[in-house]
Amino acid sequence: MAKKTEESFSVRRAKHGGIYTLVFAVFSLVWIAPILIVVLNSFKRKAYIFRNPFSISSRSIRDGWEPFVQGARKVMCGWLNYNNAVKKTDFFHAFQYSLFITVASVILIILCTSMCAWYITRVHNKVTGAIYVLCLFSMIVPFQMVMFTLSKFANLLHLGNPLGIVIVYLGFGAGLSVFLFTGFIKGISIEIEEAAMIDGCTPLRTFFGVVFPILKPTAITVAILQAMWIWNDYLLPSLVLNINKYKTIPIAIQYLKQSHGQIDWGAMMAVLVLAIVPIVIFYLFCQKYIIEGVLAGAVKG
Amino acid sequence: MEKAIKKYFPIFVLPTLIAFAIGFIIPFLYGIFLSFCKFTTVTDFQWTGFDNYKRILYVNGVLDTTFLHSLWYTALFAAVCVLVINVVSFTIAMLLTKGIKGTNLFRTVFFMPNLIGGIVLSYIWLMLFNSILQHISKTIVSTQWYAFWGMVIVVCWQQIGYMMIIYIAGIQNIPGELIEAAKIDGAGFWQSLKSVILPMLMPTITICTFLTMSNGFKLFDQNLALTGGNPGKMSQLLALNIYDTMYGTAGWQGVGQAKAVIFFLLVAVIALVQNKLTTSKEVEQ
Repeated sequence: MAKKTEESFSVRRAKHGGIYTLVFAVFSLVWIAPILIVVLNSFKRKAYIFRNPFSISSRSIRDGWEPFVQGARKVMCGWLNYNNAVKKTDFFHAFQYSLFITVASVILIILCTSMCAWYITRVHNKVTGAIYVLCLFSMIVPFQMVMFTLSKFANLLHLGNPLGIVIVYLGFGAGLSVFLFTGFIKGISIEIEEAAMIDGCTPLRTFFGVVFPILKPTAITVAILQAMWIWNDYLLPSLVLNINKYKTIPIAIQYLKQSHGQIDWGAMMAVLVLAIVPIVIFYLFCQKYIIEGVLAGAVKG
Repeated sequence: MEKAIKKYFPIFVLPTLIAFAIGFIIPFLYGIFLSFCKFTTVTDFQWTGFDNYKRILYVNGVLDTTFLHSLWYTALFAAVCVLVINVVSFTIAMLLTKGIKGTNLFRTVFFMPNLIGGIVLSYIWLMLFNSILQHISKTIVSTQWYAFWGMVIVVCWQQIGYMMIIYIAGIQNIPGELIEAAKIDGAGFWQSLKSVILPMLMPTITICTFLTMSNGFKLFDQNLALTGGNPGKMSQLLALNIYDTMYGTAGWQGVGQAKAVIFFLLVAVIALVQNKLTTSKEVEQ
């Protein structure tokens, strides 16, 4: 018996630590290597980025320490690329626009679609039924199907600014959100709401006082899914927004590439790092919610 | 209660409904209508029937293969992505549910690229690809196959972490007793994989397969930023082909819209097949 426990213990140890962890540690490092290489290159002069993206010096370390350090001095340029990138892409404005559009859209989507979802689950008639079916339907329509007409209508209605595009996002993102909210609302019992209504609450007070607090987990899921989509979205804002005035981060990056295809790679490396850092910070803080959101979003298919 | 709520339609539903009409319903219906018209903007349309649909394939009576090329190029791309992403992410998920030390950290790392948007991802890889390929005097757009595998790598890097998360959740949902019982009955690893784990994972596999497939068909940002459709439109996936037709050449908006309708039908069929498969699976269980 004793022997057996020892054996299974040793098997366990071999299986769960050591070599597997080592292999995965190396694999993980390789996995994020592209990001690390971009960070490294963002501090190099642009002429040296393509010469050898993996090195930090123009001389090999085999030539001795002194030449290597001198070579590194020649290659590295400190924050120069960052200065260029911020100027060329007007990064801080782009960041503000991205942040404003994402936050405002997410708040509006959560508020409006949760109310809409509650109404169409509690009131049964042809209109609410049709709205639900249309929401389901909208989830399978690719953006290319509506991009031309949507962008033209948005122009006609003067929605080509950060405030107006929020309405477009509410409209195009409504399907998934209403679907997720109704799925959850169908599962909560109606008695609590009825009690509140009998006690004299208006539907508005019932919704915000009783229903909305219960919806919080779904609201977080919806917020995460929509925020990931809107923050990274390129095509919709590039067609709807007045590009000369307002550029979000993805648009600013794409427009760093000039019309004839020339790219200032130094500035590009720096702006990529600037674009990735906020996402990584956000991810590390909200990891739990993001993973839950992904799972909930995947099940809808 | 229903009656009391009913009066509140303007407050509860109308804002969403108006935005939904602007953002989806009207553009969608109008888009179908415009695919039968010649137009340059939404107000100057002229009914032309199926002319746009014909012009997708025939230009001045000559067969134009651009769309067909992009159709099979996209299908092949989606197929390769489905295969690679699912096999790799399933393997990683299996290993990361064994209780290896540092599992949480590894999951975090593998999922990370998924949060970075397509445009940013593509420029990261464009730099890497071109700096490696320059050693053999090539670039990512030298041939359509460099472009193809470049996009495959980028999309795999982005989506493997995402699918891994879904697979991990699926694997953790398999009751431990089942695998134990198989072990006691003398099943080896491959046997329990084939007879217990994979059958139990079928719903998850269906979801992941269709998710990757529809992502592959709808891919746009990575295509635009990484290859721009080069060399000479040869690496255009469907979404970019539609965009290019609509905005690239004057007078072709109608053809672009007609292509978009076909594209929509294609994506819709994929979604409906998936829906059918997942719901029928649920009934069986």
